[in-house]
Amino acid sequence: MREFRNLICIGCPIGCDMEVTLEEGKVSEVKGNTCVRGKNYAEKECTNPTRIVTSSVRVQGGEIDSVSVKTQSDIPKNKIMKCIEELKGITLNAPVKAGEIIIRNVADTGVSIISTKTVAKTNEDM
Amino acid sequence: MKEYDIVIIGGGPAGMAAAIGAREEGIEEILILERDSCLGGILNQCIHNGFGLHTFKEELTGPEYAERFIQKAEEMKIPYKLNTMVIDINKNKEIVAVNEEEGILEIKAKAIILAMGCRERPRGAINIPGSRCAGIYSAGSAQKFVNIDGYMPGKEVVILGSGDIGLIMARRMTLEGAEVKAVVELMPYSGGLKRNIVQCLDDFGIPLKLAHTITSIKGKGRVEGVTIAKVDENRKPIKGTEEYIECDTLLLSVGLLPENELSNKANVKLSQITGGPEVNESLQTNIEGIFACGNVLHVHDLVDYVTLESINAGKNAARYVKGESFNEKGIELKGLEGVRYTVPKYINPKNIDKAVEVRFRVGDVYKESYISVYFDETRELHLKKRILTPGEMETVKLTREMFDKYPECKEITVKVEGE
Repeated sequence: MREFRNLICIGCPIGCDMEVTLEEGKVSEVKGNTCVRGKNYAEKECTNPTRIVTSSVRVQGGEIDSVSVKTQSDIPKNKIMKCIEELKGITLNAPVKAGEIIIRNVADTGVSIISTKTVAKTNEDM
Repeated sequence: MKEYDIVIIGGGPAGMAAAIGAREEGIEEILILERDSCLGGILNQCIHNGFGLHTFKEELTGPEYAERFIQKAEEMKIPYKLNTMVIDINKNKEIVAVNEEEGILEIKAKAIILAMGCRERPRGAINIPGSRCAGIYSAGSAQKFVNIDGYMPGKEVVILGSGDIGLIMARRMTLEGAEVKAVVELMPYSGGLKRNIVQCLDDFGIPLKLAHTITSIKGKGRVEGVTIAKVDENRKPIKGTEEYIECDTLLLSVGLLPENELSNKANVKLSQITGGPEVNESLQTNIEGIFACGNVLHVHDLVDYVTLESINAGKNAARYVKGESFNEKGIELKGLEGVRYTVPKYINPKNIDKAVEVRFRVGDVYKESYISVYFDETRELHLKKRILTPGEMETVKLTREMFDKYPECKEITVKVEGE
Protein backbone atom coordinates (compact mmCIF):
# COMPACT_ATOMS: atom_id res chain seq x y z
CA MET A 1 0.00 0.00 0.00
CA ARG A 2 1.24 3.44 -0.90
CA GLU A 3 0.66 6.45 1.35
CA PHE A 4 1.71 10.10 1.25
CA ARG A 5 2.37 12.33 4.24
CA ASN A 6 3.24 16.01 4.51
CA LEU A 7 5.68 17.07 7.22
CA ILE A 8 7.50 20.20 8.30
CA CYS A 9 11.13 19.46 9.10
CA ILE A 10 12.16 20.54 12.61
CA GLY A 11 15.91 20.30 11.97
CA CYS A 12 16.47 24.05 11.54
CA PRO A 13 14.57 27.34 11.07
CA ILE A 14 14.13 26.80 7.32
CA GLY A 15 11.38 24.28 8.13
CA CYS A 16 11.26 22.49 4.78
CA ASP A 17 7.83 21.27 3.69
CA MET A 18 8.40 17.63 2.91
CA GLU A 19 6.31 15.07 1.11
CA VAL A 20 7.00 11.56 2.28
CA THR A 21 6.02 8.44 0.37
CA LEU A 22 5.40 5.33 2.42
CA GLU A 23 5.19 1.86 0.90
CA GLU A 24 3.93 -0.89 3.20
CA GLY A 25 4.64 1.36 6.18
CA LYS A 26 8.23 1.99 5.07
CA VAL A 27 9.56 5.33 3.82
CA SER A 28 10.41 4.95 0.15
CA GLU A 29 10.88 8.59 -0.83
CA VAL A 30 11.32 12.00 0.84
CA LYS A 31 10.79 15.12 -1.28
CA GLY A 32 11.24 18.79 -0.41
CA ASN A 33 14.06 18.43 2.12
CA THR A 34 17.26 20.44 1.66
CA CYS A 35 19.57 18.20 3.64
CA VAL A 36 20.00 14.77 5.16
CA ARG A 37 18.56 15.87 8.49
CA GLY A 38 15.19 16.26 6.80
CA LYS A 39 15.33 12.73 5.42
CA ASN A 40 16.31 11.25 8.79
CA TYR A 41 13.61 13.18 10.59
CA ALA A 42 10.98 12.15 8.04
CA GLU A 43 11.91 8.47 8.41
CA LYS A 44 11.73 8.56 12.20
CA GLU A 45 8.58 10.69 12.29
CA CYS A 46 6.70 8.46 9.82
CA THR A 47 7.67 5.10 11.26
CA ASN A 48 8.24 5.65 14.97
CA PRO A 49 7.38 9.17 16.17
CA THR A 50 8.39 9.68 19.80
CA ARG A 51 8.34 12.55 22.30
CA ILE A 52 9.63 13.36 25.76
CA VAL A 53 6.56 14.25 27.83
CA THR A 54 6.83 16.83 30.61
CA SER A 55 4.19 17.79 33.13
CA SER A 56 3.79 18.46 36.83
CA VAL A 57 2.13 16.72 39.78
CA ARG A 58 0.87 17.97 43.13
CA VAL A 59 3.00 17.93 46.25
CA GLN A 60 1.78 18.06 49.85
CA GLY A 61 3.76 19.65 52.64
CA GLY A 62 6.42 21.07 50.32
CA GLU A 63 7.86 24.53 49.83
CA ILE A 64 5.90 24.67 46.59
CA ASP A 65 2.67 22.87 45.71
CA SER A 66 3.74 21.04 42.58
CA VAL A 67 6.79 19.33 41.19
CA SER A 68 7.81 19.09 37.54
CA VAL A 69 8.18 15.62 36.00
CA LYS A 70 9.21 14.04 32.70
CA THR A 71 9.43 10.71 30.93
CA GLN A 72 12.96 9.45 31.46
CA SER A 73 13.30 8.89 27.72
CA ASP A 74 11.06 9.48 24.71
CA ILE A 75 7.84 7.52 24.39
CA PRO A 76 5.63 6.82 21.34
CA LYS A 77 3.70 9.92 20.35
CA ASN A 78 0.35 8.11 20.54
CA LYS A 79 0.94 7.38 24.25
CA ILE A 80 1.19 11.06 25.26
CA MET A 81 -2.42 11.42 26.41
CA LYS A 82 -2.41 8.05 28.20
CA CYS A 83 0.75 9.13 30.02
CA ILE A 84 -0.85 12.43 31.04
CA GLU A 85 -3.97 10.57 32.28
CA GLU A 86 -1.85 8.39 34.55
CA LEU A 87 -0.27 11.49 36.04
CA LYS A 88 -3.64 13.00 36.94
CA GLY A 89 -4.66 12.59 40.54
CA ILE A 90 -1.18 11.75 41.78
CA THR A 91 -0.18 13.60 44.95
CA LEU A 92 3.29 13.23 46.37
CA ASN A 93 4.46 13.98 49.88
CA ALA A 94 7.43 16.29 50.29
CA PRO A 95 10.37 16.01 50.23
CA VAL A 96 10.76 15.05 46.56
CA LYS A 97 14.25 14.73 45.09
CA ALA A 98 15.09 15.49 41.47
CA GLY A 99 15.41 12.22 39.56
CA GLU A 100 13.08 10.26 41.85
CA ILE A 101 10.89 7.71 40.05
CA ILE A 102 7.24 8.77 40.24
CA ILE A 103 5.61 6.12 38.00
CA ARG A 104 7.24 2.98 36.61
CA ASN A 105 6.34 1.78 33.12
CA VAL A 106 4.02 4.68 32.35
CA ALA A 107 1.27 3.84 29.82
CA ASP A 108 2.94 0.44 29.24
CA THR A 109 5.87 2.07 27.50
CA GLY A 110 8.56 0.57 29.71
CA VAL A 111 9.62 4.14 30.52
CA SER A 112 9.50 5.72 33.97
CA ILE A 113 8.26 9.15 34.95
CA ILE A 114 10.86 10.94 37.06
CA SER A 115 10.77 14.24 38.91
CA THR A 116 12.92 17.03 37.48
CA LYS A 117 13.04 19.25 40.54
CA THR A 118 13.79 18.96 44.23
CA VAL A 119 10.99 20.12 46.53
CA ALA A 120 12.02 20.45 50.16
CA LYS A 121 9.66 19.90 53.06
CA THR A 122 8.18 23.09 54.41
CA ASN A 123 9.52 24.12 57.82
CA GLU A 124 6.41 25.63 59.27
CA ASP A 125 2.86 24.32 59.48
CA MET A 126 0.81 26.38 57.13
CA MET B 1 27.02 49.64 55.26
CA LYS B 2 28.09 46.07 54.43
CA GLU B 3 30.75 45.81 51.74
CA TYR B 4 31.23 43.19 49.04
CA ASP B 5 33.56 42.83 46.09
CA ILE B 6 30.81 41.82 43.68
CA VAL B 7 27.05 42.02 44.12
CA ILE B 8 24.90 40.28 41.52
CA ILE B 9 21.31 41.39 41.10
CA GLY B 10 19.21 38.39 40.12
CA GLY B 11 19.68 34.68 40.84
CA GLY B 12 18.48 33.20 37.55
CA PRO B 13 20.71 31.51 34.99
CA ALA B 14 22.62 34.75 34.30
CA GLY B 15 23.21 35.66 37.94
CA MET B 16 24.31 32.15 38.93
CA ALA B 17 26.74 31.83 36.01
CA ALA B 18 28.15 35.31 36.69
CA ALA B 19 28.74 34.38 40.33
CA ILE B 20 30.43 31.13 39.33
CA GLY B 21 32.62 33.00 36.82
CA ALA B 22 33.66 35.55 39.44
CA ARG B 23 34.41 32.87 42.04
CA GLU B 24 36.51 30.94 39.51
CA GLU B 25 38.64 34.08 39.24
CA GLY B 26 39.21 33.92 42.98
CA ILE B 27 36.77 36.55 44.26
CA GLU B 28 35.61 35.62 47.78
CA GLU B 29 33.18 38.39 48.72
CA ILE B 30 30.30 37.74 46.35
CA LEU B 31 26.59 38.16 47.04
CA ILE B 32 23.60 37.23 44.88
CA LEU B 33 20.35 39.08 45.60
CA GLU B 34 17.23 37.23 44.41
CA ARG B 35 13.66 38.43 44.83
CA ASP B 36 12.03 34.99 44.49
CA SER B 37 12.04 32.26 47.15
CA CYS B 38 14.57 30.11 45.26
CA LEU B 39 17.43 30.44 42.80
CA GLY B 40 16.91 29.50 39.15
CA GLY B 41 14.71 32.34 37.91
CA ILE B 42 12.41 31.64 34.99
CA LEU B 43 13.92 28.16 34.46
CA ASN B 44 11.86 26.92 37.40
CA GLN B 45 8.63 27.33 35.50
CA CYS B 46 9.99 26.14 32.14
CA ILE B 47 9.34 22.47 32.85
CA HIS B 48 9.60 21.42 29.18
CA ASN B 49 12.77 19.89 27.81
CA GLY B 50 15.28 21.27 25.33
CA PHE B 51 17.63 23.19 27.58
CA GLY B 52 21.39 22.73 27.69
CA LEU B 53 22.07 21.00 24.37
CA HIS B 54 25.15 23.19 23.86
CA THR B 55 26.39 23.25 27.46
CA PHE B 56 25.78 19.66 28.55
CA LYS B 57 25.19 17.89 25.21
CA GLU B 58 21.89 16.59 26.55
CA GLU B 59 18.33 17.82 26.65
CA LEU B 60 17.36 18.95 30.12
CA THR B 61 14.19 20.53 31.45
CA GLY B 62 14.42 24.06 32.85
CA PRO B 63 14.47 22.98 36.52
CA GLU B 64 17.18 20.39 35.78
CA TYR B 65 19.34 22.98 34.04
CA ALA B 66 18.87 25.34 36.98
CA GLU B 67 19.63 22.63 39.53
CA ARG B 68 23.07 21.97 38.00
CA PHE B 69 24.02 25.60 38.55
CA ILE B 70 22.38 25.84 41.97
CA GLN B 71 24.45 22.82 43.05
CA LYS B 72 27.62 24.33 41.66
CA ALA B 73 26.92 27.62 43.45
CA GLU B 74 26.32 25.69 46.68
CA GLU B 75 29.54 23.69 46.25
CA MET B 76 31.45 26.93 45.70
CA LYS B 77 29.74 28.33 48.80
CA ILE B 78 28.53 31.42 46.98
CA PRO B 79 26.36 33.46 49.38
CA TYR B 80 22.90 34.53 48.28
CA LYS B 81 19.88 36.17 49.82
CA LEU B 82 16.43 35.01 48.71
CA ASN B 83 13.12 36.92 48.97
CA THR B 84 15.25 40.03 48.69
CA MET B 85 14.17 42.81 46.41
CA VAL B 86 16.69 45.39 45.26
CA ILE B 87 14.92 48.74 45.22
CA ASP B 88 17.75 51.10 44.37
CA ILE B 89 21.27 51.19 43.00
CA ASN B 90 23.42 54.17 42.09
CA LYS B 91 26.53 54.86 40.08
CA ASN B 92 28.70 54.70 43.21
CA LYS B 93 27.61 51.07 43.37
CA GLU B 94 25.58 51.45 46.54
CA ILE B 95 22.62 49.13 46.70
CA VAL B 96 19.42 49.30 48.73
CA ALA B 97 17.52 46.04 49.10
CA VAL B 98 14.69 44.90 51.30
CA ASN B 99 13.53 41.61 52.76
CA GLU B 100 11.23 40.39 55.55
CA GLU B 101 13.94 39.34 57.99
CA GLU B 102 16.48 42.12 57.76
CA GLY B 103 14.32 45.04 56.71
CA ILE B 104 16.24 47.53 54.64
CA LEU B 105 19.76 46.49 53.61
CA GLU B 106 22.39 48.94 52.49
CA ILE B 107 25.27 47.38 50.62
CA LYS B 108 28.34 48.81 48.96
CA ALA B 109 29.93 46.85 46.11
CA LYS B 110 33.17 47.28 44.21
CA ALA B 111 31.40 45.88 41.16
CA ILE B 112 27.75 45.19 40.34
CA ILE B 113 26.53 42.66 37.81
CA LEU B 114 23.05 43.35 36.46
CA ALA B 115 21.28 40.03 35.88
CA MET B 116 17.61 40.93 36.37
CA GLY B 117 16.33 39.22 33.24
CA CYS B 118 13.36 40.40 31.24
CA ARG B 119 9.62 40.67 31.52
CA GLU B 120 6.73 40.08 29.18
CA ARG B 121 5.06 42.79 27.15
CA PRO B 122 1.59 43.25 28.61
CA ARG B 123 -1.74 44.00 26.94
CA GLY B 124 -1.15 47.72 27.38
CA ALA B 125 1.94 47.55 25.20
CA ILE B 126 -0.01 46.33 22.18
CA ASN B 127 -3.28 48.20 22.67
CA ILE B 128 -5.93 45.60 21.88
CA PRO B 129 -9.36 47.23 21.82
CA GLY B 130 -12.26 45.78 23.77
CA SER B 131 -13.41 45.03 27.29
CA ARG B 132 -11.05 45.12 30.22
CA CYS B 133 -12.27 41.87 31.71
CA ALA B 134 -10.67 39.05 33.70
CA GLY B 135 -9.11 36.09 31.93
CA ILE B 136 -6.34 37.89 30.06
CA TYR B 137 -2.87 36.76 31.09
CA SER B 138 0.62 36.94 29.75
CA ALA B 139 1.72 33.45 28.68
CA GLY B 140 4.48 33.42 31.29
CA SER B 141 2.06 34.22 34.13
CA ALA B 142 -0.17 31.38 32.98
CA GLN B 143 2.91 29.16 32.88
CA LYS B 144 3.66 29.98 36.50
CA PHE B 145 0.05 29.30 37.55
CA VAL B 146 0.02 25.89 35.86
CA ASN B 147 3.55 24.66 36.53
CA ILE B 148 4.41 26.11 39.94
CA ASP B 149 1.13 26.92 41.66
CA GLY B 150 -0.94 24.11 40.15
CA TYR B 151 -3.86 26.25 38.95
CA MET B 152 -5.45 26.29 35.51
CA PRO B 153 -6.20 29.82 34.32
CA GLY B 154 -9.04 28.73 32.02
CA LYS B 155 -10.69 26.09 29.85
CA GLU B 156 -11.11 27.57 26.38
CA VAL B 157 -8.05 29.43 25.30
CA VAL B 158 -6.87 31.70 22.50
CA ILE B 159 -3.20 32.62 22.38
CA LEU B 160 -1.98 35.82 20.74
CA GLY B 161 1.62 35.61 19.57
CA SER B 162 3.51 32.55 18.38
CA GLY B 163 6.80 33.02 20.16
CA ASP B 164 8.13 29.97 21.94
CA ILE B 165 6.42 30.71 25.27
CA GLY B 166 3.04 30.95 23.52
CA LEU B 167 3.62 27.67 21.67
CA ILE B 168 4.84 25.86 24.79
CA MET B 169 1.78 27.08 26.70
CA ALA B 170 -0.56 25.91 23.92
CA ARG B 171 0.69 22.36 24.51
CA ARG B 172 0.78 22.69 28.27
CA MET B 173 -2.80 23.95 28.53
CA THR B 174 -3.96 21.19 26.16
CA LEU B 175 -2.27 18.48 28.24
CA GLU B 176 -3.92 19.87 31.35
CA GLY B 177 -7.36 19.54 29.76
CA ALA B 178 -8.00 22.96 28.21
CA GLU B 179 -9.07 23.46 24.62
CA VAL B 180 -6.69 25.78 22.79
CA LYS B 181 -8.77 27.13 19.93
CA ALA B 182 -6.12 29.04 18.03
CA VAL B 183 -2.71 30.63 18.16
CA VAL B 184 -2.94 33.99 16.42
CA GLU B 185 0.20 35.58 14.94
CA LEU B 186 0.40 39.08 13.47
CA MET B 187 3.42 38.33 11.29
CA PRO B 188 3.30 36.06 8.23
CA TYR B 189 5.77 33.74 10.01
CA SER B 190 6.05 32.39 13.54
CA GLY B 191 8.63 33.75 15.94
CA GLY B 192 8.99 30.29 17.48
CA LEU B 193 11.13 27.28 16.69
CA LYS B 194 9.88 24.86 14.02
CA ARG B 195 10.20 22.12 16.57
CA ASN B 196 7.71 23.90 18.82
CA ILE B 197 5.27 24.49 15.95
CA VAL B 198 5.29 20.78 15.20
CA GLN B 199 5.41 19.37 18.72
CA CYS B 200 3.23 21.94 20.50
CA LEU B 201 0.63 22.78 17.83
CA ASP B 202 0.56 20.17 15.04
CA ASP B 203 0.76 17.23 17.46
CA PHE B 204 -2.50 18.40 19.03
CA GLY B 205 -4.21 19.84 15.95
CA ILE B 206 -4.10 23.44 17.23
CA PRO B 207 -4.54 25.93 14.37
CA LEU B 208 -1.88 28.60 13.81
CA LYS B 209 -3.38 31.71 12.25
CA LEU B 210 -0.51 33.56 10.61
CA ALA B 211 -1.00 37.20 9.51
CA HIS B 212 -3.96 37.54 11.86
CA THR B 213 -4.57 39.67 14.90
CA ILE B 214 -7.15 40.17 17.61
CA THR B 215 -9.32 43.18 16.84
CA SER B 216 -11.61 43.02 19.86
CA ILE B 217 -12.04 41.32 23.21
CA LYS B 218 -15.59 40.67 24.41
CA GLY B 219 -16.61 40.00 28.00
CA LYS B 220 -18.14 41.56 31.10
CA GLY B 221 -16.69 40.01 34.22
CA ARG B 222 -14.68 37.45 32.29
CA VAL B 223 -13.54 37.04 28.70
CA GLU B 224 -16.35 35.58 26.56
CA GLY B 225 -14.63 35.64 23.21
CA VAL B 226 -12.30 37.46 20.86
CA THR B 227 -12.65 38.69 17.30
CA ILE B 228 -9.72 37.95 15.04
CA ALA B 229 -9.07 39.28 11.55
CA LYS B 230 -6.55 38.83 8.77
CA VAL B 231 -4.03 41.63 8.36
CA ASP B 232 -2.59 43.14 5.18
CA GLU B 233 1.11 43.69 4.45
CA ASN B 234 1.03 46.81 6.65
CA ARG B 235 -0.34 44.69 9.48
CA LYS B 236 -3.71 46.44 9.37
CA PRO B 237 -6.86 44.32 9.82
CA ILE B 238 -8.67 43.56 6.57
CA LYS B 239 -12.39 44.33 6.66
CA GLY B 240 -14.65 41.37 6.08
CA THR B 241 -12.19 38.78 7.36
CA GLU B 242 -13.34 38.99 10.98
CA GLU B 243 -14.03 35.76 12.83
CA TYR B 244 -15.40 35.44 16.35
CA ILE B 245 -13.92 32.79 18.65
CA GLU B 246 -15.60 31.94 21.94
CA CYS B 247 -13.12 31.55 24.78
CA ASP B 248 -12.76 32.26 28.49
CA THR B 249 -9.04 32.94 28.44
CA LEU B 250 -6.63 34.96 26.31
CA LEU B 251 -2.90 34.41 26.68
CA LEU B 252 -0.48 37.01 25.35
CA SER B 253 2.91 35.94 24.08
CA VAL B 254 3.88 39.17 22.40
CA GLY B 255 7.50 39.69 23.21
CA LEU B 256 9.93 40.24 26.06
CA LEU B 257 11.60 43.40 27.31
CA PRO B 258 14.78 43.59 29.41
CA GLU B 259 13.93 44.79 32.92
CA ASN B 260 16.12 47.84 33.48
CA GLU B 261 14.39 50.13 35.96
CA LEU B 262 17.30 49.65 38.36
CA SER B 263 19.89 50.24 35.64
CA ASN B 264 18.22 53.59 34.92
CA LYS B 265 18.65 54.63 38.53
CA ALA B 266 22.40 54.17 38.22
CA ASN B 267 22.45 56.20 34.98
CA VAL B 268 23.30 53.13 32.92
CA LYS B 269 22.82 53.99 29.26
CA LEU B 270 20.28 51.78 27.51
CA SER B 271 19.98 50.83 23.86
CA GLN B 272 16.79 52.10 22.22
CA ILE B 273 16.55 48.86 20.28
CA THR B 274 17.24 46.08 22.78
CA GLY B 275 16.07 47.97 25.87
CA GLY B 276 19.21 46.65 27.55
CA PRO B 277 22.44 48.43 28.53
CA GLU B 278 25.00 49.38 25.90
CA VAL B 279 28.05 47.34 26.83
CA ASN B 280 31.61 46.96 25.63
CA GLU B 281 33.55 43.77 24.88
CA SER B 282 33.96 43.17 28.61
CA LEU B 283 30.20 43.50 29.19
CA GLN B 284 30.76 46.65 31.19
CA THR B 285 28.08 49.33 30.87
CA ASN B 286 28.87 53.04 30.50
CA ILE B 287 29.21 53.13 34.31
CA GLU B 288 32.57 51.89 35.48
CA GLY B 289 32.29 48.65 37.46
CA ILE B 290 28.67 47.93 36.50
CA PHE B 291 28.38 44.92 34.20
CA ALA B 292 25.34 43.30 32.56
CA CYS B 293 24.55 39.83 31.23
CA GLY B 294 21.67 37.56 30.25
CA ASN B 295 18.21 38.74 29.27
CA VAL B 296 18.58 42.09 31.03
CA LEU B 297 21.19 42.88 28.38
CA HIS B 298 19.30 41.53 25.36
CA VAL B 299 16.69 38.80 25.04
CA HIS B 300 18.37 35.47 24.26
CA ASP B 301 16.81 32.46 22.57
CA LEU B 302 18.93 29.81 24.28
CA VAL B 303 19.88 29.66 27.95
CA ASP B 304 23.23 28.14 26.95
CA TYR B 305 24.25 31.50 25.48
CA VAL B 306 23.08 33.27 28.64
CA THR B 307 25.36 31.01 30.67
CA LEU B 308 28.41 31.60 28.46
CA GLU B 309 27.90 35.36 28.37
CA SER B 310 27.34 35.55 32.12
CA ILE B 311 30.40 33.51 33.10
CA ASN B 312 32.30 36.03 31.02
CA ALA B 313 30.65 38.99 32.79
CA GLY B 314 31.55 37.42 36.15
CA LYS B 315 35.17 36.95 35.15
CA ASN B 316 35.46 40.52 33.86
CA ALA B 317 33.89 41.93 37.02
CA ALA B 318 36.49 39.93 38.97
CA ARG B 319 39.30 41.38 36.86
CA TYR B 320 37.89 44.85 37.47
CA VAL B 321 37.87 44.26 41.24
CA LYS B 322 41.49 43.14 40.96
CA GLY B 323 42.43 46.46 39.36
CA GLU B 324 41.94 46.13 35.61
CA SER B 325 40.10 48.92 33.84
CA PHE B 326 37.70 48.53 30.93
CA ASN B 327 36.99 52.23 30.55
CA GLU B 328 38.97 53.12 27.47
CA LYS B 329 36.51 53.70 24.65
CA GLY B 330 36.69 51.09 21.92
CA ILE B 331 35.66 50.80 18.29
CA GLU B 332 31.94 51.33 17.79
CA LEU B 333 29.93 48.50 16.24
CA LYS B 334 26.91 49.25 14.10
CA GLY B 335 24.18 46.97 12.87
CA LEU B 336 22.97 48.05 9.42
CA GLU B 337 20.81 46.73 6.58
CA GLY B 338 18.79 44.11 8.38
CA VAL B 339 20.96 43.79 11.49
CA ARG B 340 18.97 45.46 14.26
CA TYR B 341 21.66 45.77 16.92
CA THR B 342 24.90 44.24 18.13
CA VAL B 343 26.04 43.18 21.59
CA PRO B 344 28.63 44.40 22.43
CA LYS B 345 28.26 47.96 21.14
CA TYR B 346 31.95 48.83 21.61
CA ILE B 347 35.10 46.73 21.32
CA ASN B 348 38.48 47.73 22.67
CA PRO B 349 40.90 45.33 20.93
CA LYS B 350 43.30 45.61 23.88
CA ASN B 351 40.85 43.61 25.98
CA ILE B 352 40.44 40.82 23.45
CA ASP B 353 42.42 37.75 24.28
CA LYS B 354 41.76 35.39 21.35
CA ALA B 355 38.35 36.40 20.02
CA VAL B 356 35.12 38.15 20.87
CA GLU B 357 31.66 36.92 19.99
CA VAL B 358 29.30 39.53 18.61
CA ARG B 359 25.64 38.63 18.93
CA PHE B 360 22.75 40.22 17.07
CA ARG B 361 19.32 39.72 15.60
CA VAL B 362 17.97 40.46 12.15
CA GLY B 363 14.73 42.36 11.53
CA ASP B 364 13.18 40.14 8.87
CA VAL B 365 13.37 36.67 7.33
CA TYR B 366 16.26 36.38 4.81
CA LYS B 367 16.94 33.31 2.69
CA GLU B 368 20.21 32.46 0.93
CA SER B 369 21.98 35.61 2.05
CA TYR B 370 25.20 36.66 3.73
CA ILE B 371 26.26 38.17 7.03
CA SER B 372 29.07 40.62 6.37
CA VAL B 373 31.40 42.38 8.78
CA TYR B 374 33.22 45.50 7.64
CA PHE B 375 36.23 47.02 9.40
CA ASP B 376 35.69 50.60 8.23
CA GLU B 377 35.31 50.14 4.44
CA THR B 378 36.90 46.71 4.17
CA ARG B 379 34.80 43.58 4.19
CA GLU B 380 36.55 41.13 6.48
CA LEU B 381 33.85 38.51 6.97
CA HIS B 382 31.25 37.27 4.48
CA LEU B 383 29.33 34.29 5.78
CA LYS B 384 26.73 32.42 3.77
CA LYS B 385 23.45 31.84 5.64
CA ARG B 386 20.72 29.63 4.32
CA ILE B 387 18.22 31.37 6.52
CA LEU B 388 18.12 34.23 8.99
CA THR B 389 15.03 34.88 11.10
CA PRO B 390 14.22 37.47 13.79
CA GLY B 391 13.54 34.64 16.25
CA GLU B 392 17.11 33.35 16.19
CA MET B 393 20.07 35.11 17.71
CA GLU B 394 23.08 35.13 15.38
CA THR B 395 26.75 35.17 16.34
CA VAL B 396 29.92 36.21 14.52
CA LYS B 397 33.36 35.70 15.96
CA LEU B 398 35.89 38.51 15.58
CA THR B 399 39.41 37.31 16.22
CA ARG B 400 42.52 38.92 17.63
CA GLU B 401 44.12 38.64 14.15
CA MET B 402 41.35 40.71 12.56
CA PHE B 403 41.87 43.56 15.01
CA ASP B 404 45.65 43.38 14.46
CA LYS B 405 45.06 43.65 10.71
CA TYR B 406 43.16 46.95 11.10
CA PRO B 407 44.94 48.85 13.87
CA GLU B 408 43.42 52.18 12.79
CA CYS B 409 39.83 50.89 12.57
CA LYS B 410 37.22 53.44 13.72
CA GLU B 411 34.01 51.58 13.07
CA ILE B 412 32.85 48.01 12.55
CA THR B 413 29.58 47.36 10.73
CA VAL B 414 27.58 44.15 10.58
CA LYS B 415 24.99 43.76 7.83
CA VAL B 416 22.90 41.34 5.82
CA GLU B 417 23.90 41.24 2.16
CA GLY B 418 22.56 39.48 -0.92
CA GLU B 419 25.93 38.72 -2.46
